[in-house]
Amino acid sequence: MTAVEIGSVMGREAGFVQDVRAIAGRALRQIPREPAAVIPAVFVPAFFYSVNLGALEKLAGTALNYKAFLLPMAIAFAVTGMSRAPALVTDIQSGYFDRLCMTPIKRSALLLGLMVADVAVIAALCLPVLAIGAIVGVRFATGLPGLLVFVAFSALWGLAFTCFPYAVALRTGSPAAVNACYVIFFPLFFLTDAVVPKQLLTGWFSVIATYNPVTYLLGALRSLITSGWQFRPLLEGTAAIAGLAAVGIWLALAALRARIRMGE
Amino acid sequence: MNDSVEYIVEGRAQVALEDDPVDAAVRTAGLVRRFGTTIAVDGLDLCVRRGEIYGFLGPNGAGKSTVIRILCTLLKPSAGTASVAGYDVAQDPGSVRVRIGVALQDAAIDDRQTGRELLILQGRLYGLSAAQIRLRLAEVLDLVDIGTAIDRRIGTYSGGMKRRLDLAAALVHNPEVLFLDEPTTGLDPHSRTAVWSEVRRLNRELGMTIFLTTQYLEEADSLADRVGIIASGRLLAEGAPAVLKHSVGHDVIVAEVDGDGTLALETLRSFEELEPAWSADGTITVTTIDGPAALGTVAVALGRSGLHIRSLTMRTPTLDDVFMEMTGSRIDREEVLL
Repeated sequence: MTAVEIGSVMGREAGFVQDVRAIAGRALRQIPREPAAVIPAVFVPAFFYSVNLGALEKLAGTALNYKAFLLPMAIAFAVTGMSRAPALVTDIQSGYFDRLCMTPIKRSALLLGLMVADVAVIAALCLPVLAIGAIVGVRFATGLPGLLVFVAFSALWGLAFTCFPYAVALRTGSPAAVNACYVIFFPLFFLTDAVVPKQLLTGWFSVIATYNPVTYLLGALRSLITSGWQFRPLLEGTAAIAGLAAVGIWLALAALRARIRMGE
Repeated sequence: MNDSVEYIVEGRAQVALEDDPVDAAVRTAGLVRRFGTTIAVDGLDLCVRRGEIYGFLGPNGAGKSTVIRILCTLLKPSAGTASVAGYDVAQDPGSVRVRIGVALQDAAIDDRQTGRELLILQGRLYGLSAAQIRLRLAEVLDLVDIGTAIDRRIGTYSGGMKRRLDLAAALVHNPEVLFLDEPTTGLDPHSRTAVWSEVRRLNRELGMTIFLTTQYLEEADSLADRVGIIASGRLLAEGAPAVLKHSVGHDVIVAEVDGDGTLALETLRSFEELEPAWSADGTITVTTIDGPAALGTVAVALGRSGLHIRSLTMRTPTLDDVFMEMTGSRIDREEVLL
């Protein structure tokens, strides 16, 4: 495509990387201006971690390091569902999304830019929860590299999950629908071995937990804290994240295509 | 600019071949846009020349905004073709987007950013360097007159400030073709005058083609080199404002009356030199070659029809009269009056 010049400045396509940077930068600038969107993601996991620890640690006995066992649940709570999907809905409703669509921006950058910002926020949200864990005595058997992998797994999981609220936002442009999307968060998290070891689960609950990808995410994260470097749980965790991401990205990109296909 | 009236055939303007330049800034042919069973745009043929200010005039729901959204690549045509700056909007929307600037009817800006952040982001998306963005910000901020508020969040702006910022965002990358969808709706008179001045300056100094929709007669009359009058998705007339107005008669006599004016209409029609029309808002409009000579005749005819005449005035034709001539109704007066 050729550049266009009328005055002394030419308009042209900025390129994919520049587009993603511009959208991500805008999304990140908004974070400190909307603390209400982030504070619950710190407070809620800290609350659940404290309550579950207080209520169940004695039941767990000394055979299980319950503080370490519970920490992945708190992390998963912190990072799951943290996305700019509500802001995307606001853009759609205000017409700003249309304004962006009338620029030469690469269409996928409209979504990927937000996701890049989400990853940065999600990684940052891991830190206060990890700090709480450190305060109560949780240590990583895999050391600092394991901690970094732990954060990476958490961020990728959070990123995979963000695809769903983005898909709903793009399909509906409705804040109510996006909020309703988070309903799937609860069965995903509570129908797992989030607070009770898997071998203690029975009946239908055990069956569902076996097929729930969150179980394998938590297993991978726990292995990094308590067991050292173990191939199988990390592989299972990777597969769980990849599976969720594959479905989520497909849905989100289909929703993006539907939103921008010029009202055919 | 060319002041010729385009041919009006069966209610649709046909662009004359000699006025159909190869390098038209905007061109549509048989453009149709349907929403379900509703036809919003119905076989529109347009040709806007480069460097022209083209006014698209019509009442609410006429199809103006739908046409703009098609030309700006937000909607695909259901049938027909449309091109902007030489590129087909459906086949090559990317090439269109890099050449257009758009300020839509409702200022489409993000309340959560500052004005400066919004303009910088807009510049980045058009591939401008940091130095170019600084240069353009200085230029566009000079014209939109937002002052120090440019560093405040947009959510704190008044409606007029948002419209001006929206215009600035549309101009950051120096577009070839600028689309303005009802650019002064909701603006105070001072801001409206400023926007008009800027539109003229952009056109005069940069040669920017400007396609604006409006429901304000004065705006189309004052700004546009040519005006297209649209109703129910169809182009009814097209031409220079002066020529369009001239086409409906030399003088217009307007009578505001109480009662049913249809009977008076019959009486007035018996005079060969008068062309009367009745509007449901209680207005009888009579076009005639010689207004002063016909004024007495009209007054007497109305009096004999038993109507109470609230006012009787004579004036030269307006674009509203052109619209009346084409459709038999007026553009919503409450929307029109400035």
